[in-house]
Amino acid sequence: MNRRGALAFWLFVGPFAAGLLLFTYVPIGWSAYLSFFDAHNTVTPTEFVGLDNYTDMLTDRAFLDSIGTFSAFAALIVPTTVVLSLLLALLVNQVRVARAFVRSVFFLPFACSYVVASLVWKMSLFSGVDTGVVNTVFGWFGGEPQAWVGTVDPPLYWVVLVTVRLWLQLGFYMVLFLAALQRIPDHLYEAAWTDGASPGWQTFRHVTLPGLRGALVAVLVLNLINAYQAFDEFYNILGDARGYPPFARPPLVYLYYTSLGSGGQDLGRGSAGALVLALLIALVTLLSGRVLRRSSS
Amino acid sequence: MGIETSRRSFLAVAGLLGLAACGSNTGREGSAAGTLRHCYHAYGEDGVQDAVRRYAAAYPGAEVEVQWNPGDYDSKIVTALQNSAVPDVFEAQVKVDWVRQKQVVPVGDLLGDTRGDFVAALLESQTVDGQLYGIPQSIDTQVLFYRPSLLQAAGVTPPRTVDELLDAVKRLNTGGVRGLFAGNDGGVGVLTPPLLWAAGLDFLSPDGSAPGFDDPRAATVFGKFRELQTGGGLLLGAPADWSDPGAFVDGRVAMQWTGLWNLPKITAALGDDVGVLPFPKLDDSGAVSVPVGAYSAMVNARSADVEAAKAYVRWLWVERTDHQTEFATAFGAHVPARKSLSDEAESLRSGPAKDIVGFVVDSGRIASPSRWSARANTALSDAVSRIAREGADAATELRAAVEVARGEISRTGR
Repeated sequence: MNRRGALAFWLFVGPFAAGLLLFTYVPIGWSAYLSFFDAHNTVTPTEFVGLDNYTDMLTDRAFLDSIGTFSAFAALIVPTTVVLSLLLALLVNQVRVARAFVRSVFFLPFACSYVVASLVWKMSLFSGVDTGVVNTVFGWFGGEPQAWVGTVDPPLYWVVLVTVRLWLQLGFYMVLFLAALQRIPDHLYEAAWTDGASPGWQTFRHVTLPGLRGALVAVLVLNLINAYQAFDEFYNILGDARGYPPFARPPLVYLYYTSLGSGGQDLGRGSAGALVLALLIALVTLLSGRVLRRSSS
Repeated sequence: MGIETSRRSFLAVAGLLGLAACGSNTGREGSAAGTLRHCYHAYGEDGVQDAVRRYAAAYPGAEVEVQWNPGDYDSKIVTALQNSAVPDVFEAQVKVDWVRQKQVVPVGDLLGDTRGDFVAALLESQTVDGQLYGIPQSIDTQVLFYRPSLLQAAGVTPPRTVDELLDAVKRLNTGGVRGLFAGNDGGVGVLTPPLLWAAGLDFLSPDGSAPGFDDPRAATVFGKFRELQTGGGLLLGAPADWSDPGAFVDGRVAMQWTGLWNLPKITAALGDDVGVLPFPKLDDSGAVSVPVGAYSAMVNARSADVEAAKAYVRWLWVERTDHQTEFATAFGAHVPARKSLSDEAESLRSGPAKDIVGFVVDSGRIASPSRWSARANTALSDAVSRIAREGADAATELRAAVEVARGEISRTGR
């Protein structure tokens, strides 16, 4: 690379790299440092405690519960999202008129903020009073008004949490699948039909699905990471000024209250928990990527 | 994920900017070096902001700049205290960790001979190891509001015991009106303290050296709370939470647990059909109670001029009783933190307000002791939530909370 090329390179990459270093790598490093100290309400701790914060978090029932809950959440939301967004993509792909419009309609919710959507879901759609949208519809069929967010047994709050996430993210994954669908060459389908494959399930199973392999892995992995990183809709739907209930508490919400909550900031335990969670996400991602690639090849 | 991440980074940056609003000169050009910065959270009542700016402008000793903070104020303060010289003066409730990190300074010497005039329990709640760290500004409390007409129609007398409360909630649950609203979490957040007191227990033992709920009676009272959750008379999923009078004023419930600050709105909507009660007792070994809390004026230990900041706090929160009375009573309903002022306050001399002042004096309990840490609180509220809302075994859950609380007490006691 000549001198000018180098200058251009740093001009373009420099600001981003500096931002990444300053706002991502330095905090991660600092967090790792804090995780070995008793860091209550301070980022310049003095009392070294070794691995105490780690053993504490790994035996903390609330933290372990949150990780357990979110493994279950991931097991539920990931397949649902994949199947539904693939279905949507297949349907939209069939549309012959106003294609761009139909695509945009399904993609639009992705542009909506999680916070705004959560508040609409909580206060309007799934409000517990009889004038809430869902309760009104229920009422037409003679149903009793339900406190959707407040009912723990059965856990109706999951209906609210899962539907808001599906509404927000289905469009995005649909677009990923659409792009992949449109890259499957037509001659493959023609060849399949010539060979006697029936359109429908058989073609889908043996032509479409293998063609989507790359997109499928991407959607699964993104989804999995997203599920463990859940924060916004949980915090806004179930949290209040007094704190957060012990059920459906994502690891990030628990860590947020631990390390940045208003009562006392326990940055040592918070950092230890964050690193454990990061490690777990990396592990699950690697593992799922490997399993998927093996099963599909 | 890229978009997710960048959105989150944006929120983080926005948070930093919010902090900057609390941590830098926002209003005036080139404020002098001696300027004191005074942070308040955003009060909901109209007129408070104008009033506190007026007080600051009237201070003869120094230039004072008021910073008004909408949003998550408590977290902002905790973060600012870690390494910022701003704000010099702020309102908050004293936390033991701030004292341990030497982030705030003692202010007990500012009281002089007025010490006896402040409600003693409030001073106690702002004290750590015998030192006072905040001067109480005004008292907030919560009580049980009820509609006498609805109770009469159902043949229910105002409940004096927890059992009577359970019975009343059940019998008042008729014709689309629910018995009680205490928050969309079923009351776990706000009723946990008065339930403890109802059983004669507390967060901490009287000398603060042990958890105050390591007792079989805790399981009994939270078992009653479970009955309240499953009895069907509790309103859940209201559009606004317990701190808003909406559910009560709109006639969705016959009783609501909410703050004194809503009294003006409630009497405006319901006229004379309003009664107030303290939280009932479990039995004669417990007591009726109302939780009291106070934001108090505190001084940042990193302030550029701690003495100037303390002098200003003395002027506003000790000497200027006229400002203190106006601050407490002119905009929403609060009780002044000093007995001489609450005796004089015109708006507290009649009706439900008078009853509530009586509850505060006779049965007021501190809802967030300075030695009670956030981690211990999470452990207890998790336990109560599991017992009451999910039907978990009370004894087991409480034992786990006692363990965490014990660890925290020994940590903060160092």
